[in-house]
Amino acid sequence: MDIPYTVKPRPDTGLYNAKIGIWLFLASEVMLFGALFSSYIMLRAGAEPGTWLTNQLQVPLGFINTVVLIASSVTVVYAWANLKMGNIARARFFLLVTIACGLVFLLIKSYEYYHKFSHHHYPSTDPYWALYFTLTGLHAFHVICGMVVFVYFWGPGASMWKTDPERYTNRIEVVGLFWHFVDLVWIFLFPLLYLL
Amino acid sequence: MQTTSEQSHHGDVHHEELGFIRKYIFSTDHKVIGIQYGVTAIFFFLFGFSLMLLMRWQIAYPAGTENFKPVPIVADLIEKMLHAESTSMSDGVISSDFYNTLGAMHGTIMVFLAVVPMAFGAFGNFVVPLQIGAVDMTFPKINAASYWCYFAGGIVMVVSFFLPGGAASSGWTSYTPLAVFATTGQTFWLFGMVLLITSSLLGAVNFITTIIQERAPGLTWMKLPFFVWAQFVTGFLLLLAFPPLEAAGVMQLMDRLAGTSFFMPSGLVVSEVLQEQYAGGSPLLWQHLFWFLGHPEVYVLILPAMGIVCEIVANNTRKPIFGYRSLVYAVLSLGFLSFIVWAHHMYLTGMGTVISTFFQTTTMIISIPSVIILTVLFLSLWGGSIRFNVPMLFALAFLPMFGIGGLTGLPLGLNATDIHLHDSYYVIAHFHYVVAPGTIFAMFAGVYYWFPKATGKKMSEFWGHVHFWPSLIFMNLIFMPMFIQGMAGMSRRMYDGGAFYAATDDEIGLPMSVIDLNVNITHAAIGLAIAQLPFLYNLVSSLFKGEKVGRNPWQATTLEWVAASPPPHGNFEGGAPTVYRGPYEYSVPGAKQDFTPQNEPDVK
Repeated sequence: MDIPYTVKPRPDTGLYNAKIGIWLFLASEVMLFGALFSSYIMLRAGAEPGTWLTNQLQVPLGFINTVVLIASSVTVVYAWANLKMGNIARARFFLLVTIACGLVFLLIKSYEYYHKFSHHHYPSTDPYWALYFTLTGLHAFHVICGMVVFVYFWGPGASMWKTDPERYTNRIEVVGLFWHFVDLVWIFLFPLLYLL
Repeated sequence: MQTTSEQSHHGDVHHEELGFIRKYIFSTDHKVIGIQYGVTAIFFFLFGFSLMLLMRWQIAYPAGTENFKPVPIVADLIEKMLHAESTSMSDGVISSDFYNTLGAMHGTIMVFLAVVPMAFGAFGNFVVPLQIGAVDMTFPKINAASYWCYFAGGIVMVVSFFLPGGAASSGWTSYTPLAVFATTGQTFWLFGMVLLITSSLLGAVNFITTIIQERAPGLTWMKLPFFVWAQFVTGFLLLLAFPPLEAAGVMQLMDRLAGTSFFMPSGLVVSEVLQEQYAGGSPLLWQHLFWFLGHPEVYVLILPAMGIVCEIVANNTRKPIFGYRSLVYAVLSLGFLSFIVWAHHMYLTGMGTVISTFFQTTTMIISIPSVIILTVLFLSLWGGSIRFNVPMLFALAFLPMFGIGGLTGLPLGLNATDIHLHDSYYVIAHFHYVVAPGTIFAMFAGVYYWFPKATGKKMSEFWGHVHFWPSLIFMNLIFMPMFIQGMAGMSRRMYDGGAFYAATDDEIGLPMSVIDLNVNITHAAIGLAIAQLPFLYNLVSSLFKGEKVGRNPWQATTLEWVAASPPPHGNFEGGAPTVYRGPYEYSVPGAKQDFTPQNEPDVK
């Protein structure tokens, strides 16, 4: 028994199943992070005037991480484009670059966490730090999830290229969409936590 | 999908020879998963109902008053099973902490573990793919994962009863700061909720994708049965409303475990001790995030019920639904509006009159599509030659019961009247009329209606009547007096059922006549419990000796009745049917019979 439109798009909707699925999932992710961003606004607006912490983080590190994540979003598109052109070797190379970018991001993030902990900034210190650690922690969790999927498709999952190349290409497109979303969340987090 | 090597082909349907475990336990077939959801939900219905019976006993015969009676029959068992007596029972007395636990878990279990899994998980899973002529859900494995997340969430909730300090006791709404100071049960509640939210997220993605992608050839949007529309909108509500509660749950976990102050205000004093470790948080924030889920959740509970009732009304009046398009547009606007009414649960929080006015306005607006749906269903009865079978009885009872529940909601949606009625028994009566004789009756209607499709056997009409009439009477005997109690000023969540505030010769208070209703309500609740026995008996006995039926025992028009009863794995022998007409073509003039199935081509 085969489920229709798993690989080929349905003519009247123009989409294959997983693409609708991931967009719906991303819609729910927008609501998840949206709730956290709203909490930031509500807590900051409700804080005693002049007590909200600003300029607590090292902007250069945050900036480097922003560049790294944007770069990884580009490389995952390269990976997908190369699959479309039938070049699995280059695609896997770009997947590897994407994974490496994710790793660099997490390393810098870990250093920042370590730095904050060593200066006795904990989630319990202040609502600002509570939001910082919760938001970046949840974001980092998304980065890790994305990387696990990338590692799978770079390694064992890549064997699908031999049996069903179109489906494999779709899978990279779908995880790429997720990765762009994770990137986008960071693009909002960076100014919110580092600059404002 | 994984297949075994032994396959035989009948048309396009592959009969896979799977072992018992793969076929019935870890199945990816939407019908099996739907039944798994249904059976688990029935267990939780009964569990949640028993918690409520304990509460009702305490309210009717509260300890410390002359009316006191110890809890009969189950007292010893509960005392032995649960942890410390302070948090459960001793000598047949329910402790006040245990009473709080019962209340919180009754709400949680009924909403998140019983009604939603039944309405969305069970009926949605079983019926939607059949009604749209699909072989299965789009993502069968995700579907199974959704069920097992729900199951795990249920286990976490049940296990939390056995913790030191018992299960969650801060109300099903888990308001902060109370919930942050609560015992470990609250942490389990939060973990359980994360699992349940994951489950409904996976389900919602799957349902919406299935309805968009897997419709049979010719089944355009305006030919979809209304039940499918209702599930479609429900899917979006679950998809978009649950994540904010997940975020709120994460933040409450942080407050409890990492000592943050998301929901903990400065200057909080507990038991005359200033809680200096907390500063800068906002308890209102939790309420906003909770009710942002909480209100769309109300429509998650009611929309599938309306869908079921619509199918059954059309089938048993033997005429098309009056105003199908109005129904569709009403349900779509209902879905949209349900996202902008949440703060009408919060009029008494002091969030400001301007905001209250906004939410009062949207609340009045959302009553319009609800009334349209109910009116359409009522008007559909007009001029029909109605068949009064058991599913139809429950569907017909739904209409006035939901009507009472809906209309009594209006005074709660208005600021001024809500000040008096807020958090009183009036509220309890209002939403239980919507969910208990409303949604749950629709669920019963659905079980009686689709049981023949799931099993190939019909449920007994006789035991159906024995189930229906007492249930209808007892439901009203339970909830109607609560309106009176609430209007007289009786608050909900009171351990002694309001006895403390009883009027005396010198003091103004609750009249004894109102407090005495507690005993009548408790009797009616016990009656309602007994009235469910014929249903359970009917459910099991019909499995074995029910009247055997063919594909279309109700002479219905929608696609699920084209498949065999029960449908094989893959649903439709010979591939998906082609659809030529709308969902409710009953009594078409000139047709050879009084129903024309959707897959019947036009005669040239």
